[in-house]
Amino acid sequence: MREIALHILDIFYNSLQADSSLIKISIAVDTKKDLMEIKIIDNGKGMKKEFVNNVLDPFTTTRSTRNVGLGLSLFKASTNRCEGDLTIWSKEKVGTIVKAWYKYSHIDRQPLGNMRDTVYIMILTLGENNLIYSIKKDDESFVLDTRKIREEMGDGSPLTSPEIMGEIKMLLEEEEKKINIS
Amino acid sequence: MKKTAADLEQIRKETLKNVELRTGKDGYKIIVGMATCGIAAGARDVFKEAIEKVIEKDLDSVTVGQMGCIGLCSMEPIVEVISPSGEKTRYIKVNKEKIDNIITSHIIDGNVVSEYTSES
Repeated sequence: MREIALHILDIFYNSLQADSSLIKISIAVDTKKDLMEIKIIDNGKGMKKEFVNNVLDPFTTTRSTRNVGLGLSLFKASTNRCEGDLTIWSKEKVGTIVKAWYKYSHIDRQPLGNMRDTVYIMILTLGENNLIYSIKKDDESFVLDTRKIREEMGDGSPLTSPEIMGEIKMLLEEEEKKINIS
Repeated sequence: MKKTAADLEQIRKETLKNVELRTGKDGYKIIVGMATCGIAAGARDVFKEAIEKVIEKDLDSVTVGQMGCIGLCSMEPIVEVISPSGEKTRYIKVNKEKIDNIITSHIIDGNVVSEYTSES
């Protein structure tokens, strides 16, 4: 993948396919620690223990489990190139946590990429489910919570209506100007 | 501010438009492959372009959705267009320019862009 954002989008679809109703995505950069950390947390159906143990190995993934095969392996490989790693915690009927980190200044690290379009598309494909997206760099932070957006609208109109998507796009553009993560 | 009957009618129309954008009944469906292979090949930008064109051209009844991997990873990004009568056309190696042409020619004018399909 050319951008870390694309890995995040890919893992987001794993969560969505696992029947999650709430997906939390957080990106945090700490320049002092020279660390970039990404977390994708969902409340989906989770995975069996033996499945979690194998999920990072593309060669042990069977056909019935192909939803979570190469995507996670590629993500992990990209972190390993940059003195980072990826871990997964999962429990059946509880959910899954994917945590990935990179050495922020590492020369082999892909750029974070276009999170604006990525989050925009996530929201368009959420359906009735919700997303909390947060991004942080040192003291600057931004949070977008679709539950709050739905609450503010109050009339049950879908997030996919052109006016609301326009608003969300503007919010994300402002955020991008404020928090500069390469 | 008082709402007139015309205002209410306008609101009703807007709301119906939104509901249709979501459910897309009687309209074309544009389905973009968004598995690992699709995303790696550029499906995100194709999906975004499709949504923006649909909104821009006021194609109220068209739905844009996503699907998983169908096993043709080397052909990604793959876009399937399903007509109101249920006929499916599969477009391969789609990019921004191709999706624009697909929307103009297939969705609006009803002509399949055969040079982009998997059969060509």
